[in-house]
Amino acid sequence: MARLAIPKTYKLYIGGKFPRSESGYTFEVTTPKGDFLANAAQASRKDARDAVSAARSAQSGFAGLTAYNRGQILYRIAEVLEGRVDQFVEEIRASEGVSAQAAKKQVEQSIDTWVWYAGFADKYAQIAGNGNPVAGPYFNLSTPEPTGVVVALSPAGKTGESLLGLSAVVAPILASGNTAVVLSHPTQPLSAISFAEVLATSDVPGGVVNILTGNPEPLMPWLAAHADVNALDLAGGSEGDWVSWQQDAAETLKRVLPPSRGIPARSLERIVAFTELKTVWHTKALG
Amino acid sequence: MSFLDYAPAPESTAVLNLRKSYGLFIGGEFVDGSGSAFPTVSPSTEEIITTVAEANEADVDRAVAAARKAYDKTWSRMSGSERGKYLFRIARILQERARELAVAETLDNGKPIRETRDVDIPLVAAWFFYYAGWADKLEYAGAGPNPRALGVAAQIIPWNFPLLMLAWKIAPALAAGNTVVLKPAETTPLTALLFAEICQQAELPPGVVNIVTGAGPTGAALVAHPDINKVAFTGSTPVGRKIAQTLAGSSTKVTLELGGKGANIIFDDAAIDQAIEGVVSGIFFNQGHVCCAGSRLLVQENIHDDVVSRLQRRLSTLRLGDPLDKNTDIGAVNSKAQLERITEIANSGDDEGAHRWSAACEIPAKGFWFPPTVFTDVHTSHRIAREEIFGPVLSVMTFRTPDEAVAKANNTPYGLSAGIWTEKASRMLSIADKLRAGVIWANTFNKFDPASPFGGFKESGYGREGGRHGLFPYLESSDWTKGGR
Repeated sequence: MARLAIPKTYKLYIGGKFPRSESGYTFEVTTPKGDFLANAAQASRKDARDAVSAARSAQSGFAGLTAYNRGQILYRIAEVLEGRVDQFVEEIRASEGVSAQAAKKQVEQSIDTWVWYAGFADKYAQIAGNGNPVAGPYFNLSTPEPTGVVVALSPAGKTGESLLGLSAVVAPILASGNTAVVLSHPTQPLSAISFAEVLATSDVPGGVVNILTGNPEPLMPWLAAHADVNALDLAGGSEGDWVSWQQDAAETLKRVLPPSRGIPARSLERIVAFTELKTVWHTKALG
Repeated sequence: MSFLDYAPAPESTAVLNLRKSYGLFIGGEFVDGSGSAFPTVSPSTEEIITTVAEANEADVDRAVAAARKAYDKTWSRMSGSERGKYLFRIARILQERARELAVAETLDNGKPIRETRDVDIPLVAAWFFYYAGWADKLEYAGAGPNPRALGVAAQIIPWNFPLLMLAWKIAPALAAGNTVVLKPAETTPLTALLFAEICQQAELPPGVVNIVTGAGPTGAALVAHPDINKVAFTGSTPVGRKIAQTLAGSSTKVTLELGGKGANIIFDDAAIDQAIEGVVSGIFFNQGHVCCAGSRLLVQENIHDDVVSRLQRRLSTLRLGDPLDKNTDIGAVNSKAQLERITEIANSGDDEGAHRWSAACEIPAKGFWFPPTVFTDVHTSHRIAREEIFGPVLSVMTFRTPDEAVAKANNTPYGLSAGIWTEKASRMLSIADKLRAGVIWANTFNKFDPASPFGGFKESGYGREGGRHGLFPYLESSDWTKGGR
C-alpha cells in the first residue's frame, strides 16, 4: 500500500518562532495553473506588530556583534541553504511553474547573493566611512551604522523568483546590522517560509528576520506609519499603493527606498541605503 | 562699573552699502517680485533694515526656468575644473567682503558680531573653498561610477545661520554641477541678497544661482514645482514632514536637516571647567538657535550640584546686549514669533514643576531678548525635556550609570547631535557607539567644518552636508539606487 504523504503547514516566522496568524486566516497557494499547493497564513496587523517588536528587541544585539561575526552568520545562511537545494527547487517548480533547471538557477543565485553580502559585512564601513581632515586639533571620523528596523517588500522577477527576490533585499539589510520585517511575495510565499526554516537552523538570532506571508496591502499603511520602524524597502511595491505608503512614512521621516524594476542587483548602495552616517569629533591634546 | 562692564565697542555699520529695497535674483539680475514686498527688521532694535520683494508662484516658475536654462546651456556643459574656478572665485570674494557680511548678518539676524565675524563668515568661505576643489574630482567621491549632476536644486534655508546655511546648500550643489533656486528665511534674507551681488561680481553665469525671497508659500511653491530635481531643506521637523509627503512617489531627491534635542552628557571624571565651557557653547551659542544645540544636559548625579553652580556662575558673566558690540556674548532672539515660542515653552517648564534660573541681565528696552536660562529638577516627560525650544534654555537632568545616560540621551524621536564629557577614552568611544545621533562631540561641542559630514538620525532628517558625503545628495550614478535619498 502506498504511503500517505505528510503535507507541511506553512506558518509565519516571528521572533525565531513559527506562529500561525493570530487572526486564524489563511489563503490558498496555487500553481500558476490554479492547482492547490498549500494553505499559507494571512498575516494580520497584530502579527505585523509582533514582528516589529521582535525585530526591535533583536536589533541592538545584532548590531552589537562584530562585523566579522555578522559576516559569518550571513555565510552560514548560504551554507544551510546549499544543503537544502532540492527542497527549494521542488517548491519553486511547483509554485512558479518553471523548469527544474530554472528553479535550480534561482536557488544558486540566492545562495551566491548571501555569500556576496556576507563578504561585505566587515568591509562596507571602510568604503562608506572615512576620517575627515578638519581645520583644528580634532580627531574626526565618520562611520556608517545600521538604521534600525527595516520593513521590506520582497520583489518579484518575471516568473516570481520569490526566493531570489527575498534574498536580494534581506541580505543587504542584515549586512550592516539592521533587523527586518519581510513581507514575502504575496502569491508565492512557500519558499519564503522554507527560507525561515533555514534561518531557524542557522546562526541568525531570533527576531533578526521576521517573515510575514499574505497580501501586504492591509498591513503596509500601518507598518509605514509605525513609529518603531526606521526604514521601508519598497522593492516589491510597484503593484501596490506604494506612494501612499511613502506618504505615511513621512510622518516619522522614515528612510524609503522606492520600488525596484524586477529584482535589484547586488550593490554596495543597497547596504548603505539602510545605514546612518555618524561623525565623532574628539579633541586632541598632549596634556 | 564692575570688572565685568566694558565700554561700548560697537562694530561700525559704515562698511554696509545697502539698497533701500531688493528684488529677486533671477537669471543673474535683480528683478521685481510679483508678491507684496516686505521689510526685514533688525531684531535688536526693531528698525527696518531694508525692503525685500516677495516671490509668488509665477516668480518661482521664472527662477526655476532660469536655473533650468543655465543648467542646460551652460553649467552642465562646463568642465568640472572651470566650475571649480568659479567657486574658488566666490570663496575669495567672500573672504574679501567678510567684515561687511558679518555686520550685515549680525544686523539682520541679531547674533553677536563675535560669532558672525569669527564663526559664520569664515566657515562660509571655507565651505566654498572645500567644495570648489571637488568640482573636477567627482569620480573620486565614492558616489558610484560616472557621477553626474541631478539638474535644478530647490533649496530652502532657515534664519539661524543665514549665510552659512546658504553656503552648505549652494557650494556642494554647484560643485556637483547643479544649478540652484534658493529661498532664504523671510526674517533673514539680507546676506543671501549680498551673496547674489557676489555672484555677479564673480561673473558666475546667469541663472546658475537664483535667490527668491518670501515666506512659507514661496517655499511651498518651490518644493511643488514640477521642474526641479532635488529639494534640500533645513528647518523645522513639521515642515520637513510636509516636504517628504509632498514629494512621496516622485523621483525628486530629498535631503532634510531638521530639528534636534541634543543631549550633553557629563561624567563625574570630566574636566569640569572645560565641560562647563562646552555646555555654554552647546546651548547658548547663537542664542540657542541651533538645531544641534545641546539642550538637554545629562549630569552624573554625584556632581549635579557642583556643575549647576559652576554653570550659573559662568552664565552670570555672559554679556547680553547690542549684537554689534564686540564684547557681546548673547544677542537678540531672531523674531517676535520665536521669542513668544521660547517664552511659552519655558513657562510650561514652570507649570510642570521644573525649577527655573535665569542669569540676571538687563534686557534692552527694544528688540527681542531672552536671558540664558537653566531648568533643574526636569523630568524626561516635561515639554522642556522633549520639545525643541530653539532658544537659550537648558534642561538639566541626572543619571547614575553609563547605561542610564545612553538610554536617556536616546529617549527622543530626534537624533541630530550629542556631547560626551569624560576623561576616559574607552568609555567615550563606547558611549559614542551607542548614541543614536549623526554628530557626536566628545570633550567639545558645536564644532563645524566643511570636511565633516553633518546630519541626523531618525526624525532629525536624512542626508548629510559636509565632506564627500555632502556631495551625494547632488549626484546620481548609473549604479545608484534610484530615488529615495
